[in-house]
Amino acid sequence: MTLFLEQMLNGVQFGVMLFLLAAGLTLIFGIMGVINLAHGSIYMIGAYAGTWVAAETGSFWLGIPAALAAAAISGVAIEFLVVRRLYQRDHLDQVLATFGLILIFNQTITILFGRQPLFVSMPALLDGSVELLPGLFYPIYRLAIIAVGLLVAVGLYLLINKTRIGMLVRAGSTNREMVRALGVDIRLLYTLVFGLGALLAGLAGFMAGPILAVQVGMGEQILITTFVVVVIGGVGSIRGAFFASLILGIVDTGLRAYLPGLLRQVMVGPEADALGAGISSMGIYLLMAIVLLIRPKGLFIRNS
Amino acid sequence: METSLKRPALLISVVIALIALPLIADATGYTALMSLATRVLIYGIAAASLNFVLGYGGMVSFGHAAFFGIGGYVVGILYQHYSLGEPLLGFIPGTNQLLITVPAAIVVSGLMAAVIGALSLRTGGVQFIMITLAFAQMLFFLFVSLKTYGGDDGLIIRRANELPGLNMRDKQTVYYVCLAITALFFVILWRIVNSRFGNVIVGLRQSEKRMAAIGLPAYRYKLMAFVISGMGCGLAGALMANFLRFASPDMLHWTKSGELMVMVILGGVGTLFGPLIGAAVFIVLETLLASWTENWQLGLGLILLFVVLYTQGGVQALGARLFGRRA
Repeated sequence: MTLFLEQMLNGVQFGVMLFLLAAGLTLIFGIMGVINLAHGSIYMIGAYAGTWVAAETGSFWLGIPAALAAAAISGVAIEFLVVRRLYQRDHLDQVLATFGLILIFNQTITILFGRQPLFVSMPALLDGSVELLPGLFYPIYRLAIIAVGLLVAVGLYLLINKTRIGMLVRAGSTNREMVRALGVDIRLLYTLVFGLGALLAGLAGFMAGPILAVQVGMGEQILITTFVVVVIGGVGSIRGAFFASLILGIVDTGLRAYLPGLLRQVMVGPEADALGAGISSMGIYLLMAIVLLIRPKGLFIRNS
Repeated sequence: METSLKRPALLISVVIALIALPLIADATGYTALMSLATRVLIYGIAAASLNFVLGYGGMVSFGHAAFFGIGGYVVGILYQHYSLGEPLLGFIPGTNQLLITVPAAIVVSGLMAAVIGALSLRTGGVQFIMITLAFAQMLFFLFVSLKTYGGDDGLIIRRANELPGLNMRDKQTVYYVCLAITALFFVILWRIVNSRFGNVIVGLRQSEKRMAAIGLPAYRYKLMAFVISGMGCGLAGALMANFLRFASPDMLHWTKSGELMVMVILGGVGTLFGPLIGAAVFIVLETLLASWTENWQLGLGLILLFVVLYTQGGVQALGARLFGRRA
């Protein structure tokens, strides 16, 4: 039972990380209609910038503003230099241009930091475990990630539903032309949304640092999963992205934890492990295929 | 789309150049040219197949590497069962005959395309892009986990498939076989594109409602196009497995789907020979940049960005514009 709860928490933690990425992606997707493959690169930039500053200064906490700033600046730069020209183009051009951006960023990072993965140690404050229930110890750092993710979710909810900017964002995702016709500077709004999405991606990248290796290619791995989240949740829906992230995080972690064990009962050990790992990697895609076949626009978009 | 055929002189000179290529490679001592050309032809087939749904049909598939990989794995798996002498699933004997493996690869990838297409075509737009990607990723992870067939190390094919009367261990022979198949493929594709069926596909891209209004079942036509396209990619995958004597999950990776798309867009979407030109440009660029600098991806990325942002319609359009300006 404690093992099960621990896996559930791991699932929530992974889901929250996905949400930080998916929130930005779904806004960019839903409001601007741009498929941004480079979102994973921004995640990588945040991870590298934060980890590098943390390693140079010796302070984990200084890494946070560095990661956020680097990610937001590169996000705004991407929007200003490249993505801005792609709004009127079809999805194909967007995929190609942002695919090019991935190559550029990966290679630039390799030139700057080399191929060796970077590591960052956890701050003393968040190191160690805490006993949540009798017998259930859980790392504080992962709990902190969950807390940050939930805080961001609440913050985004308030931003989207209670502020003027949020109102414009919602209006923009329903009817772009109408918002423009009402005299709103839609370009500025787009840049803001893009920057915000990049900021969250950078945050996710830096927080992933102490758990995963900071290396070139880390962005693409999580990018595809994030797209799955966005599509399952429904393009443009923050609420959808939140629930889809959690569902996906838990399903993915659960499959990885339990499937090899189940298969081992009917197969030999190493083969069961390999097949289990393979099928659990397929799990989220299968889930997405099923969701799309039943609700072609995603779980949280009303079919009209 | 018929521009390339309106200039038969150009087409004929390109074909002659391709036939003479091994001689040129021998004469100049630049033997790598031939394997480069073989790869261009094979990727040309795959990109042209993708272009059939993407350019003509307007269905942006981000998962065509799946069919490419399936084609490769059909060749690899049949070869493995042939060399071990044990039948596949207990009743299908393995084989190393090109005349069997290639049609088998085409049929299997066609069947997979039928299944994936039937499900994916129920969605549209961004969702279609993502669901095709999802299916390709599923197959990618399936092959990664199949330890019997090499898992993520891939499957080595010790010898290229045999073709009666030809020595397939000779690189030059392999090149000519690929060239002949490519020529045949483009003739068939040209016939399809200019048939009534091809016109319906183009019509569906322009307006599905209009096609439905004149009484055509859109879904069935699109599915058929998707299957044809999958079969073409399967053919390319089977040839690639023979050329590299290797099939690996990398053939199904999503970046491969991305590369195929890049080739299509580089060459010009919705043109018959555009994807072949795009494949040539992509592979030559990749090879050249890689020989100059370790950081070739940076250059490739910048070129891609330039092509998308500043040329409309790929290299062909760029050439036409430069040519037009000069004239």
